[in-house]
Amino acid sequence: MDREAVISVRGLTNRFGKTTIHEALDLDVWRGEVLGVVGASGSGKSVLLRSIVGLQRPAAGSVTVLGTDLMSASPDQRHAVENRWGVMFQDGALFSSLTVRENVEAPMREKLAIDAKTRVALADLRISMVGLPSRAGDLYPSELSGGMRKRAGLARALSLDPQIVFLDEPTAGLDPIGASEFDALIRAMQKAMGLTVFLVTHDLDTLHATCDRIAVLADRKVKFTGTMHEMLSVDHPWVHAYFHGPRAHAAQPKIEAT
Amino acid sequence: MTSAPDALTGPVTLANLTEKRSFLDAMGAVNALDLSGVTELDTAGAWLIVSHQAQAKSAGRPFTVQGASPAQALLLDTVTAALAPAPPRVRRPPQHRAGDELVAIGAGVSTFSGNIGASLGFLGLVIAKLIGTILRPSRLRFTALVHHMQQAGLNAVPIVALMGFLIGIVLAFQGASQLEQFGAEVFVVDLIAISILRELGVLLTAIIVAGRSASAFTASIGSMKMREEIDAMRVLGLDPIELLVVPRILALVILLPVLAFVADMAGLFGGGLMAWVDLGISPGMFQTQLLANTDVSHMLVGLSKAPVFAVIIGVVGCHQGMQVKGNTDSLGSLTSRSVVVAIFMVIVVDALFSIFFALWGV
Repeated sequence: MDREAVISVRGLTNRFGKTTIHEALDLDVWRGEVLGVVGASGSGKSVLLRSIVGLQRPAAGSVTVLGTDLMSASPDQRHAVENRWGVMFQDGALFSSLTVRENVEAPMREKLAIDAKTRVALADLRISMVGLPSRAGDLYPSELSGGMRKRAGLARALSLDPQIVFLDEPTAGLDPIGASEFDALIRAMQKAMGLTVFLVTHDLDTLHATCDRIAVLADRKVKFTGTMHEMLSVDHPWVHAYFHGPRAHAAQPKIEAT
Repeated sequence: MTSAPDALTGPVTLANLTEKRSFLDAMGAVNALDLSGVTELDTAGAWLIVSHQAQAKSAGRPFTVQGASPAQALLLDTVTAALAPAPPRVRRPPQHRAGDELVAIGAGVSTFSGNIGASLGFLGLVIAKLIGTILRPSRLRFTALVHHMQQAGLNAVPIVALMGFLIGIVLAFQGASQLEQFGAEVFVVDLIAISILRELGVLLTAIIVAGRSASAFTASIGSMKMREEIDAMRVLGLDPIELLVVPRILALVILLPVLAFVADMAGLFGGGLMAWVDLGISPGMFQTQLLANTDVSHMLVGLSKAPVFAVIIGVVGCHQGMQVKGNTDSLGSLTSRSVVVAIFMVIVVDALFSIFFALWGV
């Protein structure tokens, strides 16, 4: 199977003062897959995400997204790539002074020359696609519940019809029902839009339900990548504890059945 | 199959949405749309096709979409499903009625009086806690007090001193050019001393501190409110007034007189310097004239206002901080409001003080 890397990270090194978070980290994300990134707290999952999307300047290494080397790209090239990805932050990071609809419109307003009516219609489409009721469009972020904020964050991330979506802890803080609905939503969006999804999570159920491949961050590197099944047989203390711990057993039957 | 006009080709995406829409509109009434030539389709493109289809349907024409790849068909289905329930949007009534202005005035008056009531309530609460703290000094957060004394007091010394120095220079210069006409240059000393010691030193210091510290108090307490830290304190049985408000206000009450004194001294120095340079009044002569004609009571009158101004600035700053709601907009607008209200109240109270001292004959 020939696969195309939409994101490839080479030799990434990140340091905060004297603490090294990543050292010579390599990672590829293939087109059309859902990659789950796991790791202990403080292993640099979010820092990796932030380095890829350019919020954190790495000390060394290269990040290539959709064929553009972001470290050496001109501002125009960068913008071209930025238009083709969407990022959902942990708590949505919605603009609190705008309604949900205006939040979803914002990227289109800034980046595209389309008329206001189309923009509103497309924003409403996104809002409806992520499963929010249509009245939610008129609400402000502070009037939404946590789950609705996440959905609204996803709607904004999908605003420009991106090819890649970055999700930071999409199910953290959701109740189990909301979380599994969100997992199904991610999967459905990914299938329908052919997205590549880079997903940072702690949630084993999300990994089971949505991810094609899992990357484990440990010892300042991407230590292992592979499917859920392959992860179960990895011989590394942290990976073993993670995938065989008491919380993993509850999720186990699902993969046995698949 | 010929490339009929009823076929979309190439990418149909958000980027070329306008172009494809005019293509579809130009196509006119057709019964079928062929998508086999579409190389790239995203949700915006799918929305265009689906809404075109819905339009044709509502006009009573059959309209089928053919030749879509499985992935494209799935996308079209997803978009159709998402669009399906779209109820007519209820617009908020934008009509402008004659009574609206009256309603707005009434609402404004009612909020204003409500605000005054709330501020007075907060002032009372703070005074009660202040007295409680004075009666039981062990409850005072000494570290917080010292911290705020440094932030609001010590760090303000350079700007306050510079301000006082410049005001002294301006007064000497302006006063000199007027008094010279009568040959009464020497009275410039009285002019500088009385106006700075009695009014300007303390008033301008209070305005600077209101700008610096009222806004800082609102912003820091407001952001704690936004992140639910205040709620966390309450749940833990800690009193946010005692922990956050009392140390800030007490720090100002202690240090605003000191800052005003610094401004007074800098003002006299600046005025004296200018009087020497411009009018040739030597420092010795300045000193004699100052001691002979300016009673120390002027300075005491000025400095006696400082603690009151400090309470106003602190209470307004902290109270506005406590009003912050969940969104960032309210933090910004309340921070600016706290500065405006604090400066305004300081000036109003200063006017009241003038009347009071005039009646008292000091």
